[in-house]
Order: sequence, then structure tokens, then C-alpha cells
Amino acid sequence: MYQQFKTRAEGVSAEVYRFKTKAAARAHVIEFLHAEGLADEPDSFALWADCPFLDGMDLGALKGIAGLKFEVTCELASTARFGISQMEWALADTGSLAQNSTAIEQRLVSSLSTIHIALVPTSGILPDMPALLSRVHPKECAYLAMITGPSRTADIERVLTIGVHGPERLIIVFVDDLGGTD
Amino acid sequence: MGTEFKDSITKAVNNANLTGALGKFSEAYKVNRAKAYEGIDFEELRGRIADLKSYAASHLEELSEQFTQNAEACGATVFRTNDPAKVREYILKVAQDNNVKTVVKSKSMATEEIHLNPYLEKAGIEVGETDLGEWIIQLAGQTPSHMVMPAIHMTKEEVSDLFSKEVNERLTSDIPRLVKVAREQLRPSFLAADMGISGGNIAVAETGSIVLMTNEGNARLVTSLPKIHIALVGIEKLIEKYADVATILKALPRSATAQLLTSYVSIITGPTPNPDGSMKDLHIILMDNHRSEMAADPKFKQALQCIRCASCLNVCPIFRLVGGHVFGKVYTGGIGTILTAWFDELKKSEDIQGLCIQCGACKDVCPGKIDIPDLIMEIRRRLVQDQGLPLLQKAIYSVVNNRKLFHGMLRAASIAGKPFTTGKFVRHLPLFLADLTDGRSLPAIAAEPFRDRFKKIKQPKLKEKAAFYAGCLIDFAYPEMGESLIKILNKGGIEVIFPEDQTCCGAPPRYNGAYEVAASNAVDNIKALLREDVTYVVSACPTCTVALDHEFISTFESLGQTEWLPQAKILAGKTIDLSTLVTKLVNEGRLTLKEGRKLGAITYHDSCHLKRTLKVSEQPRELLKKAGYELTEMFECDTCCGMGGSYSMKLPEISAPILQRKLRNIKETGAPVVAMDCPGCVMQIRGGMDQDVADIQVRHTVEVLAEQLE
Ligand code: SF4
Ligand code: SF4
Repeated sequence: MYQQFKTRAEGVSAEVYRFKTKAAARAHVIEFLHAEGLADEPDSFALWADCPFLDGMDLGALKGIAGLKFEVTCELASTARFGISQMEWALADTGSLAQNSTAIEQRLVSSLSTIHIALVPTSGILPDMPALLSRVHPKECAYLAMITGPSRTADIERVLTIGVHGPERLIIVFVDDLGGTD
Repeated sequence: MGTEFKDSITKAVNNANLTGALGKFSEAYKVNRAKAYEGIDFEELRGRIADLKSYAASHLEELSEQFTQNAEACGATVFRTNDPAKVREYILKVAQDNNVKTVVKSKSMATEEIHLNPYLEKAGIEVGETDLGEWIIQLAGQTPSHMVMPAIHMTKEEVSDLFSKEVNERLTSDIPRLVKVAREQLRPSFLAADMGISGGNIAVAETGSIVLMTNEGNARLVTSLPKIHIALVGIEKLIEKYADVATILKALPRSATAQLLTSYVSIITGPTPNPDGSMKDLHIILMDNHRSEMAADPKFKQALQCIRCASCLNVCPIFRLVGGHVFGKVYTGGIGTILTAWFDELKKSEDIQGLCIQCGACKDVCPGKIDIPDLIMEIRRRLVQDQGLPLLQKAIYSVVNNRKLFHGMLRAASIAGKPFTTGKFVRHLPLFLADLTDGRSLPAIAAEPFRDRFKKIKQPKLKEKAAFYAGCLIDFAYPEMGESLIKILNKGGIEVIFPEDQTCCGAPPRYNGAYEVAASNAVDNIKALLREDVTYVVSACPTCTVALDHEFISTFESLGQTEWLPQAKILAGKTIDLSTLVTKLVNEGRLTLKEGRKLGAITYHDSCHLKRTLKVSEQPRELLKKAGYELTEMFECDTCCGMGGSYSMKLPEISAPILQRKLRNIKETGAPVVAMDCPGCVMQIRGGMDQDVADIQVRHTVEVLAEQLE
């Protein structure tokens, strides 16, 4: 299913990576942030929403990186270049990610930033939407969000253009040892 | 048709930006849609959607109640009303109670339907559209021209002019830059807004959830940032089961924009936290506005199966020429005509219903399985019932209804010589032979109609018999097609009889809403065609075949007439179109075409009724190939030629460009011959080629095949 997901997600301009361990994924994310100009100033910093990925990590070391913030507010999110969050599921047949986004922080970092980095447990890959809906009931999830590729529009002359109101890039990082959310 | 309406059409078809953008889009759409549905059984999928939506339409009251209970149990406030005025008042009251100054909106047709923006603005509230297309037309002071792509009629230059004014800076027409400007301009509005207003793509009764889809991500912001969220949902969006969301979402994005899934899908069930930690004040308005009346109408109930994908617009040969504005301010295209007739009033659809040429292209792709052309016909019928027919049409139909007089006049026309120069009635008889305008030459009425020629044809005595239903065009304009048909069937062992009393198939009056006339034509034809015991009733005109096979029955049913229904069904059972019958004879080994000859290239035009109502498209192609032709498919082979019976007479400004497109597609194949199974299409396309002085033969399949018999 991973291969199918990757093909479909890349088909809608998402960028897909996969790592065996959290440590490797973390290293990749940090490297990516630096390569893309991470800095502690507006439009250059990163906002990381609380998520299971961070459990058991050396937060002190992460917080020491200039430009990497963990206090999610609306004001910060709207000027962040990077938003980092964990998405619980991936749908192989459409290349989509899904998350219980009831917590507002999860929505802020993934909808206001310019580049959204999504961490996904590889075990969260599901075949399709029916599989997702059978797992996630609205009773336990007031805001179920699905994301398929970056924000896009074709409203001017039908020309596909990336990044209207939401992120203009979606980076998906699968982590094999992130456990499941099931 | 009013002159104002005619003017709007002329303006639209002459707007090169509009027709260019829509034309290009519709061509790409077909290809992309097919790709998006690869590996999916569309018929099975839309069967499920039709079932679940139809169930919902029969249980609107229960589902509304269930939705209300469940949504309120989660903490939402639900307001139910019939009345658009009450919706507006409710929204204004919530706004005023909470001291709302600014509102951000994500795209919602329901709010357009009730003209919400001007109402709120008048009360001093600033309303900002956030969908890029909606924002563009809001800045331009226009209305949407397409359900899914509201600003498809505008060029990037026009957009850059608008945006330049907005930001006080001269912008170029670089599209990515324009999109950035929109992002930068709208971001502060999102952050500052006191209230967000959205529509809802689906409302789930079982859980009280609403589903929102956008590609831009604006609905996520509209539902997340402001402290108040109001979702305005038409009750036709209700479905019973949560699991069925996946069924609709499998079709909606594929049909709407040829995407596997829209970039952002949100399923919202009850209030969620705001950025400041407080809980959202969530209001959901379930609006009826004539929807339950529609559900109670046995004919129109199916229109509630619509999931608002707009694919019926994308494939409509008329829509791609005229765009949305001709249709009015809110809902556009085929389904828009139907919704306008109900949500607004029947009379409002008087002009726009006439835009439909009944080609059936929309019906083929509709994921809600709605018979859009049939519903438009029903609107036509009800309009005629309410208002009567125009005088001239009435006079014409009184003639059509009297076979002897009708045929007498057609004969008179042939004697009067070259086409339609004399006599007002004659020129309009049959309707589709009227004084058609530019771009096409018309056939003369045959000096000797088929019914007279028939008597001179010597046929062998054969055991199996078929009754030939000629239809007006073959009888009076193209008798040679009838002769070819007899030649073929005789070879295949079938003797042809020609019941003299057959008359007009009733399609012209029916397509003009005059069902009573069509019904009386049907009775005359049933009597004539069933008089002798035959195995088949064969026709070489798909419009007539559809009349015999389907429409006699549905006309009686629409009128509640039962007397002739059983006979109509017997007739339908015997009715067969020429290509299907010949295929059968060939397959049974009763008829052989000369094989092994190289006749060169041919291209084939699918007639609307043959392909989409009778589902016949492979048979004629196979026969032509068997006969030795090399088939070169044209682009858009199954797109309407623009004839549509009297359509080309009433709306030549639309019919003509559709024909031009067809001619171009035929010529581009390089084939010296184009075949088709419909004498109406032959008339339209042959006439067009003739005016064009193009050296391409336009022929009915029956004529081509008759030359290739072993
Ligand atoms: S009528 Fe059918 S094709 Fe048209 S918008 Fe509705 S669901 Fe889509
Ligand atoms: S039947 Fe043809 S002309 Fe009529 S609405 Fe459908 S696609 Fe358009």
C-alpha cells in the first residue's frame, strides 16, 4: 500500500519520504528545515504541534534549534513558514492524509503555514476512505480532516496553481517505528 | 423567447474569452474525467448514489429531524426553515447579537440562492468571499457563471486589472503571482473575521455531521478561525448514513474536477475549539425552499439526487458555448434550469429550458443518475399546460395532427418546387424543415415521397415481415434511404411492408411541450403499425425509433392516459433501429457484405438518440468496417451536431457554431466520407458541408451498406 500511496500522493504534488526510525525521520526533518532556510524570524520559523512523534524525544535539544517553536498560536501560525504535525492515517487509493483535527493547534499549523510537514506512522496507511470512516466515528472526532496534496486552485483561466489559502508544499514523512494509532 | 434573452445568447456566443475558456475546458474535462474514473465501475457507483440519495429524498422530514437531534446533542444549534427570508433574518440576528462586523465565506450555492451577501451588506456587515473564483467575481460585481468554477468566463488580464485596483499596484497577468496576491489580501480577512459562513456538501443525519470540501483550503480557515460558524445547508444534502459519505466522495471530486479527492475534506460534528481556547458557536441551518415540494413530485423527486458536481455543465454542448450567465444568476446549465424552475418559479425557466437540445450527454455522466433532459421536457410540458402554445405552433400542430392534411401539404410543398419559398405553414412543416438560416443548405422536398415510390418497389415474397416506419424526413426528403433499407432487408430475408397510415412520430410537438399532440400522433401510429402481424418495426431515424420504443409510452404516462399503453408496449417490443437489425442479420448468417475490399477511410458521427437513448454505437461501426471501410474516428464523435429538430430553427445562433465544430472535426479526420444513422443529422451536416463547399460525402449508414451487399 505504501507504494500506491506514494504514487498517488506524488501525483498531486506532495513529496513523500519514508524512514525506519523516528531518529532518522527527525534528522531528515531538521536537515530539510535548514536547507529551506529555517530562521527565528517571521516567514522563516517552524511551528511544531504537539504529537506522539515527540513523545520520548529530547525536547530540550529540539527547542535549542533556532527558529523551531512549539507554542502554537494563531498569530504565530499565520506567519510560520513551516508547520509540522502528525497525521494519523494515510489513504492509499487517493494519496490522502487524515487526522482527528479537533485540537485547533493541529489545524493551525497545517492550514496557515507555507510548507506543511506531516509525520505519519507507516502502520497508519489504510486502503481507502471507507476503511477510515469505519475506524473514526464522529462521536470521538468532532473535526475529521483529510488532506490531499497542497492547496490548489484553477480559478484563473483553469491554470492549476499551487498554494492559495493553505500550504504550497506538503512534505509527507512516513516513520516505520512510530507505532499505530489504532 | 424574449429579445433580451436572445441578446444575452448572442453576446455570449460572440464572447471569445468565454467560449474559448469553456471550450478548452470541456475538451480537457472529458479526458481527465475518464482517467479519474479508471478502474471504477461508474454505473455501479452511481447506482448506489442514486439509491441512497433517493432514499433521503423520500425521508426528508425524518432525516432533518434526526440530523437536528444529533447535531444538537453534540452542541450545535440547528435552525430549520422553509423560507429564504427567515434564513437571512436568522443569520443577521446571530451576527447582530454577537456584534459581528466582518464575515468570511467559503463558496456556497445556497447562500447565492437566497442572495445573502447583499442582505448582510445592507445591514452594515462586511462580507468577504474567500474562494478565489468567488472573490474575483465579487470584486468584479458579477455573478458566478459555473457552479464549480465561478470565474471561468474571465481572463487573467481581467483578473489582474481587478486585483491591481484592489492593491493599488500595477500587477502583471502572471497567474501564480495573482494567486499570491489573493492569498496575501485575504489572509488578514480570515484572521479578523467575527463569523464564518459556509455551505455544506453533505449533511449526515445519523451523526449530525456536515462535510465540506475545498481545494484552496479556505473552508478549513472559515470553519476554524472565526468564533462563530454558520453552515447553510439545503435539505437535499442530507444523507442517512455516515458510511455513505465515502460513496459520495468517491464520485463528487472525480466528476467535478477529475480529481481523486478534493485537497481538503472536513467532516465537522459539533463545535470545536477556537484559537483562543473557547468553543465554537456552531449554527447549522437546514433550508427547504421548495425542496420538499420537489420531493413530493413523482417526476422531479429524482432531481434531489444531485450532488452538485456540475459535470452536466461540463459536457453540455450548449453550456460550453453560452456559459452560465445566459441561464440566470444562480444555478446554471441543465440541472440549473430544473432547480431554477423549482427554487425560483416555473415561469423563470421559460426561456432557459429552451436552451436544452436534448442530446443526453449530461444524463450519461450524472453521478446522481438524473435524467436531466427528461426533466427539462417535463418543464416544457408543464409550461405549455400552464400557458398554452404560441399561436403559430398551435396552427402547425393542428395540421400535424391531421395526417391527410399534413401529408397533403408536404406534397404541395414538393410541387411548389424548390425548398420552402412559399406558404407560411408549409415552410414550417414539418417543423424541422423550417426556414433555417445561415450555414447550411436544405434538401428539397422529394418530388415523389417514399410512400409513393414504395408502391413501385418489387419485393420477393418472404416469410418474415417487417413494417418500415419511415418518419417525415425519409418519407418526404430522403426517400432513397428507404429504398436502400428495403434492398438490405430483402437480401436478409425480410419482406418490408409500409403501413400507409403512419404519420409524424410526435417528436417535434413533444420536444415543444405539446404532449397532447404527441399522444394523438402516437395513437395513429400504433394503429397503423400494429395492424399487420410483423416481426419487427424498423426505422432508420433514431429520433423516430426512440419515439416508438420509449416516448409513446412515456407520453401516455405523463398524461395519465392508459388506454393505449398496452399496445404501445407491444409496439416498443417490436421496434428496432436499422443498424441493430442489420447486425443481427449479419450475425445470423442471413446477410453477407462484400468482404475483403478496400474502400478507404470513413468517419462516423454518433447521433444523440442512437448512442445515448438506444445505446447503439458499435453496431454501425462494425458494419462499416465489415463492408471494407477503414474507420477513422473523429474528435468528439458523439457530440451533438446542433440539429435537434426545431432547435436549429429557434436558436440558430447556438446551432450554427455547434455545427461548425462538428464540420471541423469531420474534416480533420481526412476521411472523404462521413456516415451516420440519422436523417436529421444528415440534413444538418450535409447542408453544412454543402455551404462549406467541402468535398466530403455525408451519408446515412443505410445507403453506404446497401452498396456493399454480396
Ligand atoms: S445533475 Fe448530476 S451531473 Fe449535474 S450537478 Fe447534479 S449530480 Fe452533477
Ligand atoms: S441534454 Fe444535452 S443540451 Fe440538454 S442539458 Fe443535457 S447536455 Fe445540455
